This record gives sequence, C-alpha cells and structure tokens, in this order.
Amino acid sequence: MEQNRRNFLKASGLIAGGAILKPMSGYGSNSAVGETIKVALIGCGGRGTGAAAQALSTTQNVQIVAMADAFKDRLDDAYKNLTAKKYKNAAGALVDTKTKIDVPDDRKFVGFDAFKKAIALKDVDVVILATPPGFRPSHFEEAVKNDKHIFMEKPVATDAPGIRKVLELAEEAKKKKLNVVVGLQRHYQANYREAIKRIHDGAIGDIVGGQVYWVGSSPWMKERQPSQTEMEYQMRNWYYFNWLCGDHISEQHVHNIDVANWVKKGYPVQIQGTGGREVRTGKAYGEIFDHHTLDLIYADGTVISSQCRQFEGTWNRVDEAFVGTKGRIDSFDGKKTILKDYKGGVIYQHDDKGDRNPYQVEHDELFAAIAKGEYKFADAENGAKSTMTAIMGRMATYSGKMIAWDEALKSDINLFPDKLAWDASPKILPGPDGLYPVAVPGKTQVI
Amino acid sequence: MSKKFLYLIPAVFICLNAIAQDSNFKSYTQKIGGSPQVYDMVAIPGGEFTMGSPATEKGRRADEGPQHKVKIEPFWMGKTEVIWDIYDLYAFKNMEKEMAARHPDPEKSVQKTDASTRPSPPYVDMSFGMGRSGYPAINMTQYAAIHFCKWLYEKTGIFYRLPTEAEWEYACRAGSKTAYSFGDESKIDEYAWYRKNSDAAYKKIGTKKPNAWGLHDMHGNVMEWTLDQYIPDYYAKQPKGEAYAPVTELYPTAVRGGSWDDEPADLRSAARTASKPEWKILDPQLPKSEWWMTSASFVGFRVVRPLKTPSAEEIKAYYSPKLIEDY
Repeated sequence: MEQNRRNFLKASGLIAGGAILKPMSGYGSNSAVGETIKVALIGCGGRGTGAAAQALSTTQNVQIVAMADAFKDRLDDAYKNLTAKKYKNAAGALVDTKTKIDVPDDRKFVGFDAFKKAIALKDVDVVILATPPGFRPSHFEEAVKNDKHIFMEKPVATDAPGIRKVLELAEEAKKKKLNVVVGLQRHYQANYREAIKRIHDGAIGDIVGGQVYWVGSSPWMKERQPSQTEMEYQMRNWYYFNWLCGDHISEQHVHNIDVANWVKKGYPVQIQGTGGREVRTGKAYGEIFDHHTLDLIYADGTVISSQCRQFEGTWNRVDEAFVGTKGRIDSFDGKKTILKDYKGGVIYQHDDKGDRNPYQVEHDELFAAIAKGEYKFADAENGAKSTMTAIMGRMATYSGKMIAWDEALKSDINLFPDKLAWDASPKILPGPDGLYPVAVPGKTQVI
Repeated sequence: MSKKFLYLIPAVFICLNAIAQDSNFKSYTQKIGGSPQVYDMVAIPGGEFTMGSPATEKGRRADEGPQHKVKIEPFWMGKTEVIWDIYDLYAFKNMEKEMAARHPDPEKSVQKTDASTRPSPPYVDMSFGMGRSGYPAINMTQYAAIHFCKWLYEKTGIFYRLPTEAEWEYACRAGSKTAYSFGDESKIDEYAWYRKNSDAAYKKIGTKKPNAWGLHDMHGNVMEWTLDQYIPDYYAKQPKGEAYAPVTELYPTAVRGGSWDDEPADLRSAARTASKPEWKILDPQLPKSEWWMTSASFVGFRVVRPLKTPSAEEIKAYYSPKLIEDY
C-alpha cells in the first residue's frame, strides 16, 4: 500500500501513541488546529448530515472536507445546517464550525458520480456513506479501493449481487485494515451489548425461539413534481423503490433481524413469510409492501418470528424478545432490558442511567480507533449478512416460497438501473394508471 | 411578543369581578366532528392561589420558590391527557381522511379545513410499544403540541392552547395546599402512575382517581407541556403582571406533573421539570425533528380553553410560534 496520509496517521499513531503529532499540511486553515482526521460526507440527507455532526462531536480532531450528493439542493441544505451552529464534542468543548467544516465550492460534488470525486481526494481519511442503500455497494467499493476508513449506514445493499459485492469488499477491507463501522447502532448501545454478552455467556441457556418487531407507522413520502423525470422522482421518493431502498423490511426492520442474528450468532438457513400492501396502496407508494411477517429458521432448527409493518393507528412495537432453555428476555426497550429465569428471578437488569447515545458512540469509537492507529472495526460482513437476511425476507414474502440462504445469495436478479442518468430509465416503471407493478405471492419470481 | 400574549393569559391582574362565571361556564365534551373522538373539558373556576411550595415540603427544590400569590381567570382544562387516537388524526393526514370517509358529516367534517401544518411522519414508533388506543400521546415537542391546538381550533372553531405553568399548578392543586392534591404521599397509589407501580410504561388515561376538580393523571402517567420557558428563579424575578415566561429559547421549557418513570417527589403539585436536548438523543438526523422528541416517552400534554376568547389576531399570533431549529 502506498504511503498516503491515512497510513501516516496510523504509523504516527503507533509511534507517538497518538499524543504528540506535528501539524500536517492540509486544506485551508486546519494546520493551526493540529492533526486532523479528514472526512468526506457522501449522501447529504438528514441522516448523513446527522452522521457528519456526530463525527464532529467526537473528541478527535475531525474536519469535514468534502461533501457529495446527487442533488445540489440537498447538499446545500446539509452545508447550511452543518454550519448553522457550533457543536460541543463529547468532552464538552466547543467545536468551531469555521475550521471544522472546510468545504469550499470545489469540494462540493453534485450528481451521480459525485461520490467518486469526493472519495478520490487524497487527504480524506474517512468517508461517511449515507445515500439511499442501493448505492452502498458501489460507494463502499470506491472507498475500499481508495483505502479510506468507513462509516456506512445500514442496509448495505438492496439485492443479492450488491450483497456479494459488499462481502467481497469486506474481505479486502480487512486485508487493508480499514476500520468499517455499519450503522446498526444497537451494536453500539449499552443495553444490547450488556444483555447479549450475558446471553452469549449462557445466562438464559440456549436460545430456542424469539420475536423481533418493527411494527410502526409509515415514514415520509415525496409527491411527484411535474418537472421530474422518472429517475429524479424515484430518487427523491426513494423509500418506495426497491433498487434504492430494498423495501422497509430491509431499510428499517434490518435492525431487529440483525439482533436475532446477533443473539443466535448466525444467519437463517431458510425463511418463509407472508406480506402485502393493505393500507398503502396508492401510486405515490411505489412498489414496496406495507407489511411482512417471517419465520427466520436457523441451522439448529430454532425459529424466530419477525414482523414489520407500516400502518397508522395500530398497536406498535419496535423491539426484540428471546426465549432460552433457562430463561428469557422479553424486551430490550428502555428500562425493560431484563433477563429472567422461569421462576421469576431476575438474572440481569440493565441500568440505563448514564447510557450514551448509540449514534454518537458509533462515531466516538470509530474515530478513537482511527486516531490511535488501531484496526478495530470490521462490521461490513455482518452488515451484509444481516441485510441479506432482510432481503431474503423480502424474497420470501414477495414470492410466497420457502427461500434458502445459499440460493438467495446466488440470485442474479439485479435491481439496479443499467444506466444512471436523470433521463435514463429505472427498471421498474409505472403503468398507464400511474401504479407500479407490485409483487404477487405465488407468481413473482425472486431468484 | 410577550405583550401580545398578555391578552391570552388569564392570570394577568385585570378586574376579576368583570368576568361573570355565568351559567354557561360548565364542563362539556368537545366532539371532533366527522370522527368518533371526543375530549372532555372541565370548567375550572377563576381564583387566587399560592403558587410554589413551602421550604418545609418533602422533596421540594429551590425552583419552587418563593411561594407567591397568583390570580387565575376561569378556563376549561382537558379532563385527561390527549390520547393517541386524537393526536394521530392530526399527525397522520391519511388517518384523518380515512376517518372523514367513515364518519361523513358535511357540516363538521374533520376534513373541512386543511390548513394544518402537521408533524413529519416519525421514523420510529413514538409510542415505544407501550400501547396506543386510549393511551396518552407522547414524545411530541412543545412546538408540535401548539400546532395540535391549532389543528383542533381549525376543526372545532374553538380556541385551545397549552396551559401556563400557573394555570397548570392551579388546576392540579384544585384548592389544596398540600404536596399533592390528595394530601401527602401515603395515598399516591390511588391517584398516580409512577415508577413504583407503572411496570415501566404509561397507562390508559383516567384509570386512577381524579383530583377534587375532576382532572385525572395530573400527578404521574405522563408529564405535560406548558406554555412557559423554564426559568429556575422565575418566581423571584417574575416581572409584575406577567403570568408566564414566553418561550425564546428551545431549551429548557417547563413541563409539569411527573410521569410513569418518576419518583413521588417529581409528581408533587409544585414540582417543575425543565426540558432537555437529551430528550431527542435518539434522533440521528440534522437538524433534529421539530415535531418529535424521540426519547421523551414520559412527556405528553393536555389543552386548556380560556373562558374569554382572545381576538382573531391574538389567536393567529398564538398559533404561529417561531420555529427554533434544533441542531
């Protein structure tokens, strides 16, 4: 590997213990503030902007030096929001946005290839990948090729070809010792960490069943504007198109499915399920289902049930529960992270006092490792396999078939458009009535 | 801004005798036309009371003093906290549409006006699995609660708003001078859902005994938004004639009543809670939501209606709170 700036960071971190480093030459005014970790933000929506703010709120010397988005208005809003206020870092010190957000116009990149230009910048150490998930595999690829440390949001792909790409790149990232954190923030949340550590230590015996839920209401929807091409409309209203979002079973419910995998220390070998569009049937809602329910079947025969739906005015739950041979955990939610035995005894009760924001912890730990020159995080493989579990779930509910892991992962159905351009056609298009074709269980082919 | 609002606030010392507490001033049920939802309003007579707690009160904090006299004009107050069934009609336009279709009522359709600014749909479930139908709505910002009042005004034609801290405490005390409206802590389980009896979740509204004026869940269940900025020493430095502290900063604002997650001391009539940025800790976006708190599953609200309806201009001003962005 070429001796670039990131390697120097690692090397100097090893030599100097990360404590005394000479100011690096770099962009603009940053040399005055000493060593900095330079970040490019790829995907300037609310979440990407939030992630950038969290990076700035670590105790490390972090600077945002580049931004990229398909849309100029999104990028401009993000820049305005990021620079609107000074942040306090985890140590309570004020972060000066004048020096910490150093993104002049020539490092603001707009369009479908904007990510390439931002990631290619030599001085960038870390990239935040927060576009809609369909783009993640290609963005991750670019980041790994350019030797960047990575924070990427979940899910990490929307189809099997995308997952295979991320899995390959996960190996490459490991070889290159690039830290990769995936935004499955429950892995960085104290109550999950503490309770699952104890479950893995056998506190409630072998896990033989469970339920995971994201049963909530419907998120945002963007109305079609007359001036938009089909590509622009789908990009703006990305939640409702599978090539971009992966369906809400993947975009949202992946969190809970991932907890099932984490607790089981494995991935389902088979999934069957049912789902459909019951409430959200209009043309504004693209092609995705509004509810799914699954049996996640693991290698040892354990079945964990999974439910997700996006209805308004219904009973809701976003949580996980597991049953073991010696005890159970009924909830991870807030104050209810309690491991119990079957005689009513409390094995472990998590005290959430002092627990930190897991979204912030993701960044605190990532940037601390980078600053120390440590190789500590390899989340991409699990991120890809948990995303694959959710995609398998979608395959199961769309087809109505029993789906096996190996077959699903081999699927060559690629949802991504052949060409990315504002006047190019995505693969799914509305019919004459404005409605998009929707999967029909028993008929739709998914593999 | 504060001058304009003085007219809206019953506690200013205007001539109290001028307000006749006539026979029309009765408790009533507010129907939400074109839907099956109703909201009970309790008539609260005007009067004077001692706000704050004596230094001798168990669990008392410095921000509850000095005790001082406050005059309150008559108003109606929600018998219970606002429940999800009603809040969701405002929060989800689709639900409102659906309800209007199921309960056609050309005169009073819940869809008759559509000028409402509504909350953005939340990404996570804001009831946190604690239950929805019949349970208090939670996790909304004070800004969202004020916009709910505006929505309710558009649907009913009646001016509703958040209570001031003074009105809230007056209504909570219901003439009592003790730490709780029901006396001391010994009877707390008959009146309140709090940490020891809540099993870590809020409960359906009105399942505990009401106070002397018929208001349920003033102690416990969920805390309630008021109209005020939270200022710890406001009672000492409160400008004469000003009945409340207008909001100029996003944090902290004043919340009252204690919740399912609180100790008995936090449930006292005089106890004040300051809102915190941490109540949005799980909002991963920037700017953070102006509508949802994400991590305040202990905060809800109820609304009041002053007997004397303010002018159209004052109402308009009240319903146009300045949006303070949250980074």
